[in-house]
Formats: sequence, C-alpha cells, structure tokens
Amino acid sequence: MSLSTLPDAELVRRCKAGDEDAWNELVARFSRYVYAICTRGFRLSDTDAEDVFQELFARVYTNLHTLRDDAAVRPWIAQLTRRLCIDTLAKGERERPDAEPLPDAHGNDLAEIDEAFEVREAVATLSDTCQEMLDRFFARDQSYRTISEELELPAGTIASRIARCLGKLRIELEGRNQPPPGSRE
Amino acid sequence: MSEQLGEERLGALLRVLRPAPKGWVRAAQELPLARRTLDEIVERAEADRAFREALIADLEQALAGEGYERDPRIVAELRRRLSEK
Repeated sequence: MSLSTLPDAELVRRCKAGDEDAWNELVARFSRYVYAICTRGFRLSDTDAEDVFQELFARVYTNLHTLRDDAAVRPWIAQLTRRLCIDTLAKGERERPDAEPLPDAHGNDLAEIDEAFEVREAVATLSDTCQEMLDRFFARDQSYRTISEELELPAGTIASRIARCLGKLRIELEGRNQPPPGSRE
Repeated sequence: MSEQLGEERLGALLRVLRPAPKGWVRAAQELPLARRTLDEIVERAEADRAFREALIADLEQALAGEGYERDPRIVAELRRRLSEK
C-alpha cells in the first residue's frame, strides 16, 4: 500500500514514529484542506493565510503525539486551523481599530470544504489518469488544450474523458452513501 | 454527504480544494529537517562558547559563516531560545 492510500490513522501512526515520508504525505494530504479553510472559509489575505498555514503545520508537527485518536486527525487539523484563523482576524482588528469588522468564519463554506474533502477522498480511489484529469480541469482550471498537451492525449477526447471520470466518481460516491445492509433507510 | 450529487455540484466541490502554493507545502514538509538543524545549532552553541557568542553578536552572519542555509523559521526560533538563556 502506497503512502497516499494509507488511512489517516496509519499515516499518523507512522508520523508519530518519525517517518519523514509519512510526514510529507500528511502535509500533502491536508495542505489543500488547510489552504481552503484559510482562504475560502475565513477569506484571509495571502500573507495571513501563509502565516496560518506554516504555523498550523508547525503545531501539528510538534503536538501530533498528543492526538489520542489517530483517525481523528482531520477534525483536529480543522479545529486548529479555525482557531489560528480567528486569532489572525482578531489580531488584525486590534491593529486597525477604525476598520470595518472583518468577517468571521463562513459556516456554509466550512461545511462545503468538508464535503469537498470527502469528494477528494473518493477521487483518490479512481485511476491515476482520472485523478489527474479531474484535478487539472476543476482544481487547477486548466483548459482542454493544456490537459491534452501535458498528458499527451488527443484534444478531442478530453471532454468525454472528464465526463467518464465524473461518472466513475459519482458511482464511487454513491457506493459510499449506500445504507449498510439491514438498515431501514 | 447524503444527497445524490449532480455533475454541476460535483464539479463545484472539485473546485473547492485548490492546490496550496508549492513553496508553502515544501516549507511545511521540510519541518523535520528544520527542527534537526535547529537542535544541532543549539547543541553546538551550548558546547562551544565562541560559537554561542558569535550567534549572540550577529546571529545571521554567524549562521552564514558556518554554512547554514538561511531559514527564517530557524533564525526566529534561535533568537527566541538565545534570548531565554
């Protein structure tokens, strides 16, 4: 099993044991999540978002051994990030007393970020090509032409490939949402 | 995630988690290395009086003189630790 497919709990266990490759994967796995909370959930400026991002991972690195439930790393990271964002906003308000009050967390956006993380976990179960294609088109805003050139695929097939990958993703997500056997719902 | 996702909604959710800037990710991934370097410098400063005094006199120059790469996190943390002693 490659590091990218390890469950969170196993990844955290390896990080706690000092495995630096596992740490690299942990940062890679949660970097977009933390970035989204900072920039989308709290609308931080790039400078503030970078400070929060670095401080967050420094705290995670220092305090990971205190996490009792290794599988709960995502809510723990979310809580730490939210707290750092709130502190940053509060500090900004203190330094600019005449400024308009800054927005607090956007609750809907935070819920959507969690939903997006679950979709991303489902994407990770698709083929490498589908993962690459969906990420380039949706998360990196690449055009069909760029995707075609960089992945060396015929330009005319990109749209249909993306549609097929979305179909597979939907099937994967529906499978996850099926009620367990014997459930009444 | 309870509701069935349409293609449009799925696309919107895929757009939410955009890549963080590469430099930010790399800096976070290099934390273990930065911590090791920091510990090494502190250990040496405790054992080597001349080195410690050079650090106190001009931290950044002393580090550069010993061939340490300039890392703002290490410099800030060293400043904090040296001021505590």
